Amino acid sequence: MTAPAAERLVIKGLHVAVEGQEILKGVDLSIGCGEVHALMGPNGSGKSTLGYAIMGHPSYEITAGSIELVKSDGTRIDVLAMEPDERARAGIFLAFQRPMAIPGVRVADFLRHCVTNVRNPDRKEGEELMPMREFRNELKAKMAELSMDPDFARRYVNDGFSGGEMKRAEILQLAMLKPTFAILDETDSGLDADAVRLASESIARIGSGGAQGSSEMGILIITHHEQLLEHNVPLKTHVMLGGRIVESGGPELAAELHKKGYERIRAAYPEAAAAEKAMEDTRADLAAT
Amino acid sequence: MATGLEETNELGIGEINKYDFRTESTAVFKARKGLDAAIVAQISEMKNEPTWMRDFRLKSLEIFESKAMPEWGGRLGINFQDIFYYLKPTDKQGKTWDEVPESIKETFDRLGIPEAERKFLAGVKAQFESEVVYGSLQEDLAQKGVIFTDTDTAVREHSDLLREYFGTVIPPTDNKFAALNSAVWSGGSFIYVPKGVSIEFPLQAYFRINAESMGQFERTLIIVDEGAHVHYVEGCTAPMYSTESLHSAVVEIVVKKHGRCRYTTIQNWANNIYNLVTKRAMAYEGALMEWIDGNLGSQLTMKYPAVYLMEPGARGEILSIAFASAGQHQDAGAKIVHAAPHTSGRIVSKSISKNGGRASYRGLVKVEPGATKSKSSVVCDALILDDKSRSDTYPYIEIEEQDVSIGHEASVSKIGEEQLFYLMSRGLTEAEASTMIVGGFIEPLVKELPMEYAVEMNKLIQLQMEGSVG
Repeated sequence: MTAPAAERLVIKGLHVAVEGQEILKGVDLSIGCGEVHALMGPNGSGKSTLGYAIMGHPSYEITAGSIELVKSDGTRIDVLAMEPDERARAGIFLAFQRPMAIPGVRVADFLRHCVTNVRNPDRKEGEELMPMREFRNELKAKMAELSMDPDFARRYVNDGFSGGEMKRAEILQLAMLKPTFAILDETDSGLDADAVRLASESIARIGSGGAQGSSEMGILIITHHEQLLEHNVPLKTHVMLGGRIVESGGPELAAELHKKGYERIRAAYPEAAAAEKAMEDTRADLAAT
Repeated sequence: MATGLEETNELGIGEINKYDFRTESTAVFKARKGLDAAIVAQISEMKNEPTWMRDFRLKSLEIFESKAMPEWGGRLGINFQDIFYYLKPTDKQGKTWDEVPESIKETFDRLGIPEAERKFLAGVKAQFESEVVYGSLQEDLAQKGVIFTDTDTAVREHSDLLREYFGTVIPPTDNKFAALNSAVWSGGSFIYVPKGVSIEFPLQAYFRINAESMGQFERTLIIVDEGAHVHYVEGCTAPMYSTESLHSAVVEIVVKKHGRCRYTTIQNWANNIYNLVTKRAMAYEGALMEWIDGNLGSQLTMKYPAVYLMEPGARGEILSIAFASAGQHQDAGAKIVHAAPHTSGRIVSKSISKNGGRASYRGLVKVEPGATKSKSSVVCDALILDDKSRSDTYPYIEIEEQDVSIGHEASVSKIGEEQLFYLMSRGLTEAEASTMIVGGFIEPLVKELPMEYAVEMNKLIQLQMEGSVG
C-alpha cells in the first residue's frame, strides 16, 4: 500500500538568487537515507541559502539546477515543482536557524496539525486531525525523551522563547515529524556546551529511530562547530565557500575546520574566495544604501 | 496565486444572502411598508401594549424623525420607507427542509448546529422547541426568582419592573438608531437576576428562541441586582438570514452594587445587512460589566458596546473581534466612561480584514471631573491579510481629571511571508497556515468564550479563511 520510500536527496548544479543576487553558484550534493553529512563554511558562504532552497522559500529563486528525491525503485520526484508544504509531506524538514513566532498558537495544536498532514500526505483541508489522545501520548513521550517540561506544549509557538528553547522546539518538531531528510541549520547556535551535547544526542537518537517510510533519516547538519557532530559522526563533511561546495572529506575535515578555520580553504580555492569577497562587498554596498 | 480570490470567496457563507428566505405568505399580520405614527401605533396595538409603551414609541418616532443621520462611521444607504417594521410570525411551518439550499445545510453541518436549531435558523420553523429542550432549566431559574423571557412578554407580565429601567440606560434621544428601535422594537430578552443570585451556566438566547427574538429591532434589558452574577450569550454563530437590510438593536444593562454581568455576542450577518446596534451598561459600586463582542459578516456594522462606571470600584471590560471581508465594513469599538473615582476599564480590540474588507476601531475613553484614581487601558491590534484590505483606528480620549492612569496601544500587522513559510515547511497548506495565524491572533479573545462558542468561532474563522489564498 505504501509507495516506495525516497532513498536519496540529490542536488545537481544548483544556482540560487535572492533579490537578483546569485548566492549559490552550482551546488552538487547527494544524501542517502541513514547518512549524516556536515556542511561547514564561513558566514555568508550560502549554507542557509541551500537549506531554504531545498525547503522552497518563495524569496529564493532557483535559476539553474535540480533538486530531486530518488526512490528505491528508481523513480525521481522533482522537488522544485512542489510548494513548501508538499515538500514537508514528501519527507523533507528544515530546522530553522531563527524560527518564527506564531503568537496565540499553542505548540501542541500546531504540531498536531503538522503531524496529521505529514503522516497523511493526501489529507484534504478540513479533514479530521490525528486523534487527540494518541497525539498527546506521543508528544508527551517525545518531550520526556528531550527532557522538556510538559508545560512547553501549552506555550505559543516560539513566542517569547529563549534561543535555547527555540532550538529545542525545532528538535521536538524533528522528532514528531520524523522526516526522511532533515536539514539542521545551526541547531547548535546560541546553546551552551551542555545543551549542545543534549541536542547532539537527541538528534542521533531521532535520526536512527526510524524515519517515516525508511529505516533511517538522512541528515544535513549545518554547523560551525564539531560538537554537534559528536554523536552524529558525518559520513562526509562538505565545505562551502563563495556559493560552492569546494571540498568534501570525512569527519576529520570538520575537526580541522573547527580548529584551524578557513584559511587553508581560501588559499586552496582562490576563485571561490574571490566570489566570497565579491558577495561580501555587494552586501556591504546594500547595507550602506 | 491571486487569481482565484473572487471565485472562491463566493463559496463562503458570506454569500448566503443570495438565497431567498422570505416566509411572507405565512404571516398573519404584516404592517405595511414604511414608517409613520399610524404604523407605530398599529404595532403597539397588535402587541396589546399598555398606554405608556405606546406613548414611548410615538415619542421615540418624533425623536427619530428630528435626528440627522450620523456623519461618521460607514456609508449608510438606507431608505427608511422601504422597510417592513413589523411582521407578526405564525406558528405554521413556512417551508420544508428540502427547500433549504444544500450549501446552507452544509454550513450548518460544518458548524455542528443541532438539528432543531438548524430548522429554525433556516426559516423552516417559526418556533424553536425550547420548551422541550430547556424546560427543566427554566424551572430551575424560576425557583431562584430569575426572570428570563422575551421583552414583549415582559411588557405584559412584568410591567412595573421593566418600566423602571426601560429606556433609562439608552434613552431614545441617545442617537437616531436608538430612537428608531424605541419606536418599532420587537422581541429581545428581558432578564432580572435577584439579589445575591448566581447563575452558574451561561444563559443563552437559545433557551427561549423564537422568530421575534431574532427580529430586526430587538430590545434587550438585563438587570443584575446587588451581588448577583449572570453570563448572557446572545444570538449564535450560525449565519443569520434576513431579507430586510436593516438590523438595529438596543441592549440596556444595569449592574448593581457588587453585581457581575458578562454579555457575549458572536454575530455573523449576511452581506446585505446594515447592523447598527446600541449597547450600553451602567455599572455601580464594585460591579463588573464585561462585553465580549464578535462581529462577522454584514455590509456595515456600527457597534460600540459601552460601560458607564457610575460608582467607586466599578469595572468595565470590553473585548471585541471584527472580521471584515469583501464588501464589508466593520466599524466597531468600545466606550468606557469613568463617572466615579477608583473605577477601571479595559478595552481589547482585534480586527482582521481580508479581500478588500475594511475594519475600523472606534473607541472612547472618557474620564469625568472627579473620577480620580481611575485606570483605563486600550489595546487594539489589526491584522491585514492582503494589500486590498484596510484597517483604521479612531481612538478618542477625553480626560477631565488629573489623577488618572490611561494607556493606549495600537498595532497593525500583516501576515508575514516568513511566518507562512515557516508553517508551510511543517506541512500546512498556505490556507491552513493563514488560518492558523489568524486563529492565533484572536486566541486571547476566543479563550474567553464558552467552550462551544469558542469551537464555533474557530470553525467560522476557518470558513471565512477558505479560498482566501491559493
